[in-house]
Amino acid sequence: MFDKLLSVQNISVDYTSNSFLFPWEKNLTFRAVDNVSFDVLEGETLGMVGETGSGKSTIAKAIINILKISSGEIFFQNNQISNLNEKKIKKFRKEIQMIFQDPLASLNPRMNVGEIISEPLKTHNSKLSKNDINLQVKEIMENVGLLSNQINRYPHEFSGGQCQRIGIARSVILKPKLIICDEPVSSLDVSIQAQVINLLKELQKKYNLTYLFITHDLNIAKHMSDNIMVLQFGKMVEINKSNEVFNNPKEDYTKQLISSIPRIK
Amino acid sequence: MIILNKKFNEIEKNISKIQEVKGRSLWHDARVRFFKNKAAVVSLTTLFLVLLFSFLGPIFAKWSNEEIDWSVLGDISTLGYPSIETGHYFGTDELGRDLFSRVIQGTKISLMVGIVGALIAVVVGTIYGATAGYFGGRIDSIMMRIVDILMSIPYMFVLILLLVIFGRSILMLFIGIGLVSWLDMARIVRGQTLSIKKKEYVEAAITIGVSHFTIIRRHIIPNLLGVVAVYATLLVPGMILTESFISFLGLGVQEPNTSWGALISEGAGTMRYGTLWQLLFPLFFFVISLFSFFFIGDGLRDALDPKDR
Amino acid sequence: MLSVKNLFVKFKTPEGVVRAVNNISFDLLKNQSLAIVGESGSGKTQLAFSILGLLDKNAESQGQINYQDKNLLNLDERSLNKIRTKKISIIFQDPMTSLNPYMKIKKQINEILIYHNSFTNEQATKESLRILDAVKIHDSRKTIDSYPHELSGGMRQRVMIAMSIICKPEIIIADEPTTSLDVTIQSQIMDLFNDIKKEFNSSIILITHNMGIIKNVCDNIMVMYGGKTMELGKTNEVFSNPLHPYTKGLLETVPSIDQEYKKLKTIKGNPINMISPPSGCIFRTRCPDPSHECLEGTSTNALIKIKADHWVDQCCVNCH
Repeated sequence: MFDKLLSVQNISVDYTSNSFLFPWEKNLTFRAVDNVSFDVLEGETLGMVGETGSGKSTIAKAIINILKISSGEIFFQNNQISNLNEKKIKKFRKEIQMIFQDPLASLNPRMNVGEIISEPLKTHNSKLSKNDINLQVKEIMENVGLLSNQINRYPHEFSGGQCQRIGIARSVILKPKLIICDEPVSSLDVSIQAQVINLLKELQKKYNLTYLFITHDLNIAKHMSDNIMVLQFGKMVEINKSNEVFNNPKEDYTKQLISSIPRIK
Repeated sequence: MIILNKKFNEIEKNISKIQEVKGRSLWHDARVRFFKNKAAVVSLTTLFLVLLFSFLGPIFAKWSNEEIDWSVLGDISTLGYPSIETGHYFGTDELGRDLFSRVIQGTKISLMVGIVGALIAVVVGTIYGATAGYFGGRIDSIMMRIVDILMSIPYMFVLILLLVIFGRSILMLFIGIGLVSWLDMARIVRGQTLSIKKKEYVEAAITIGVSHFTIIRRHIIPNLLGVVAVYATLLVPGMILTESFISFLGLGVQEPNTSWGALISEGAGTMRYGTLWQLLFPLFFFVISLFSFFFIGDGLRDALDPKDR
Repeated sequence: MLSVKNLFVKFKTPEGVVRAVNNISFDLLKNQSLAIVGESGSGKTQLAFSILGLLDKNAESQGQINYQDKNLLNLDERSLNKIRTKKISIIFQDPMTSLNPYMKIKKQINEILIYHNSFTNEQATKESLRILDAVKIHDSRKTIDSYPHELSGGMRQRVMIAMSIICKPEIIIADEPTTSLDVTIQSQIMDLFNDIKKEFNSSIILITHNMGIIKNVCDNIMVMYGGKTMELGKTNEVFSNPLHPYTKGLLETVPSIDQEYKKLKTIKGNPINMISPPSGCIFRTRCPDPSHECLEGTSTNALIKIKADHWVDQCCVNCH
């Protein structure tokens, strides 16, 4: 039992432009993430809230090793996973998965639903028989609210909400420990957002998942998260229990964010 | 109760197996759009007929492509006229050989050069370009600089040199054309790869842990094929034109093999003697085939509309 | 001022006929603001485009859009051009793609003034600077000399708004103006709209799927689904007393930060396919409590008046 499932310590991510052919040219550096630290405990949901340019997506990509961090370390179950090469990180990929923002864009338009959802299985479990894979895929499809007889259909034949369910199925099928949700409902219609949020919560209970939930929508962040971290321009502004952040915001920026939330009643 | 539930689950699973809905892939949609395009369909049919001609033609030919008909020698412009009685459906050339068979021969060779050349370009160019584009950085720079250097070598010059040094054979022609044809394709594929690489489904595949070459094979190349297919159909006429030019210069395939270029060259040479059919028949096949490839390329481009990708 | 009567908009596509707008009618009075609320596929953007003749070539529109005693649907391009931006302007959804990336801001704004008001370049630049200040852009001189990609999302949207108000139009149509913006910028832009309303006396048509932002800006609200009107009335009245289950659903589905929820309230089902919509009442596949007649597909949609300033689709009144 690992208490701290994910431990991010003092990470910074810089974007530099340097030229291979003209190494004497000045390097331009942009610091997207500046000295951010946080822990995620097993079974909880940490909400990452911030506006454009706050660095939340960058942090997500750094955790799953799509981006390299310039300083600091990331630990997963007490193993260092930051800046590892592809071979070493492959076994961790089973345990850390991601749900992407644009549901249709995150699915390969040339693959059908069955192929998309079974890709993680085939990658990590190459010995499974075709039948086994089929059954597992269908089971997951039913669990995320899709009809399993749609298994041969292609992404463009589904609505946005259904595509996101396919993405969720794909990320859950290996029963990972940590799922990073990068604005999973931002591009969906309002009435579908609630359906997907409910689904995510259901799956969390069912599979004992831990979420790192990135969003710019504070209402949803409050509903989903146990703890909330507020980011601005790559720096951490505030991190606290969800209720505390909303009822007793300590920093000015947090207060400004909360007061900008459009209220219906 | 539990056993009954289990049984129901099994039955349910079986039913869903039977009723699996058929998916409608993007290729299917593109096919439907392609066949709605009249020009493309006519061109496809034309090409098919030309191919049929080259395969089934020999059945109808009364003369082989090497045989010399001594009876028409001496006065070809009157005796070598295309007619059905003599068996020279297309007439004869200035050496008395049956033009019908020669045209069949030429069609076979020209189409083969075009299609094989395009195939080499597609396979080599796609793999090279996708690899360079996907890995980026230094690998990409080095690979693309090699392409640039190869491209700047005067192509015709090298080809002619090769043919002169190693002799004129179909194999040499393939090697020569193959050496250069993949360069453009590699550039185009690399460009497309750069934009596909940034798409979210590639990121998703990396997150899942799919290996690099599997990503290239499963995610990048299938999404390139649209552009590749369109470009390939435009490459084929390019190859045929190149080969025709070389043959026109007299450096192409050796006798008794012939190609459209060689035939047109001979036909053009004897035009003033009144044997127009020697020029017109090969020219006709040459022109309609090229037009067909162009229209098919256009049709493919419209069918594989980027909006759907 | 603007009166839409029985508007139908159809699109011929290779897959079938899409009925994007089905018998929409509403009136916009002077100095009034109307919010058109709906999700993707509700037809709200097509409705806006049809007012200014911006529909695609494969669109067929029927009905009346009466403005200044003329039916806008019957006008030709030249007459429409005189109205566009000068009398009725539109702010498009994505500021990044609605600005020409190859032209400096100065040129894009000046273009409007030179065409409509026959200004010279200097006069136009002066006026442009003035209007950029009016939309609260800090450094208008720097902005006017920049390219669109050098500005942030919020600033681009302000530039778009500036371009739409520069000729002091009578009607401003804003198509999802805050969708791609951050929350803090969102509230600033909505305040800006309020200022514009007061200063320029324009009527605003605000198209959005976000119920939250319209509360303080729009007097009236029209809820659309599947190209039809589900509910229409004064904003305060509709918010405090929503009659249609779709309106209720939209209001309840966004979790408020003042409450705790175990499970979020949802509108069941998925958005409809506009090529083959459900027969009868268009909302019946998602209605939480449909009547028997509704399920059979035999009921019809039509707006009926419940109170002064509050109309609802008759099917849902019958259902509940």
